[in-house]
Amino acid sequence: MRQPLLALLAKEPAHGYELKLALEQTFGQAYPSPNIGQVYVTLKRLEQDGLVCSQDVAQTTRPNKRVYELTPAGRKALNEWVEEPSDGPRIRDEFFVKLILAPMAGLADRMALMNKQRRHYLGLMRRLTELQADTDPADTPARLLIEGAVLHLQADLDWLERCLEEFV
Amino acid sequence: MSRSRLGEARGNAQGRSGGTGPPGGEPSPLRHNTALLRTSGLVKTYRTDGVTVQAVRGVDIELAVGEFVAIMGPSGSGKSTLLHVAAGLEPATGGEIWLRGERVDGLSTASWAVLRRRHIGFVFQFFNLLSNMTVADNVELPALLAGATARQARKRREELLAELGLAEKANAAPARLSGGEQQRVALARALANEPSLLLADEPTGNLDSSNTRDVLRLLGRAHQAGQAILLVTHDARVASMADRVINLFDGMVADDAKVVPLPRGMNGVRDVLELRG
Repeated sequence: MRQPLLALLAKEPAHGYELKLALEQTFGQAYPSPNIGQVYVTLKRLEQDGLVCSQDVAQTTRPNKRVYELTPAGRKALNEWVEEPSDGPRIRDEFFVKLILAPMAGLADRMALMNKQRRHYLGLMRRLTELQADTDPADTPARLLIEGAVLHLQADLDWLERCLEEFV
Repeated sequence: MSRSRLGEARGNAQGRSGGTGPPGGEPSPLRHNTALLRTSGLVKTYRTDGVTVQAVRGVDIELAVGEFVAIMGPSGSGKSTLLHVAAGLEPATGGEIWLRGERVDGLSTASWAVLRRRHIGFVFQFFNLLSNMTVADNVELPALLAGATARQARKRREELLAELGLAEKANAAPARLSGGEQQRVALARALANEPSLLLADEPTGNLDSSNTRDVLRLLGRAHQAGQAILLVTHDARVASMADRVINLFDGMVADDAKVVPLPRGMNGVRDVLELRG
């Protein structure tokens, strides 16, 4: 939540509720809708760390609002975040560890483990396909997020076949 | 058969019936009648340069009327061979094939052709459209071969092409179409005679992701309309739409299970992040 808020503030100063709305509009269905309390808490922490500063702006009909703005330190932190490559998704190492260890311990045979895992992946894939069908095609971030999940899952299945070829 | 390990494992030339099917016992006649397609102890052996390779080693599968089954498995596991043998495109070496309650593995090439024309639609990975005929002629041909009148064939073709969004391509040559469009034409051709069974060998294997989605939607729609489908695929999106997935390994069935979708009741797309987490 920290970096997305900094990124939005790099565009223009804003208050908490505007930031929540901007996140929802930008990501559509693809981003966990932030709870407003969480937004305020994060902004307060960012201010404590010197990455944003704020001032009260008086409003005539409503209580004052606190408008946040990026500090030079905040801009530097944001630039570093954008510049550094992000980690790729990790291999599902829990299944891999099971696959290696369970047969050694005489707990299960590999073919059975792989069959069970494949069934699970296919169930996941069915759910993703349904989700894809239910998603507004105009919601590009959501569409791309699901497509990413589909491609990762396909890779997991291909990898499972490779394990099958090597182990059985 | 690119995997030499297979060749070694099965290199010792055994007799014709090297399968692991049920020993001799005739299955009950009731089952013959209930299944649309059934294989029993199906074996397919290739012999090249004195080496015998068993591509399919005693496979029992069953497909009910209206059922959609996907066959998966590593390359060289015998999936495509199984499909081709089940369609009579290649003769079985051993075992039985039953279609609509009749035993068909012993049919002559000509009888298979007649059977396919009436009851089996086949879709290939590389479309296999006749390049010197128009899209319309490609789709009409199977109906004409099966004895439909020109008017009937044309009506059916118009319906199918309209349904697949290809009406305006009717007079084009297949080569003028994109891969996705060609595969939709191939699907129309396969469905032209309202076959009991649609067989497809990697139908999305040569398509990009948006064309894959189109073909998937069409297969889903055909299945919903009651079309029985047996297809071979690497693509988990295709397989996950099936009622059941059979996994082949080394020419034998390693797994055969219904696809059980994860329970709904999640909050939608946002949960994908957690789904994958």
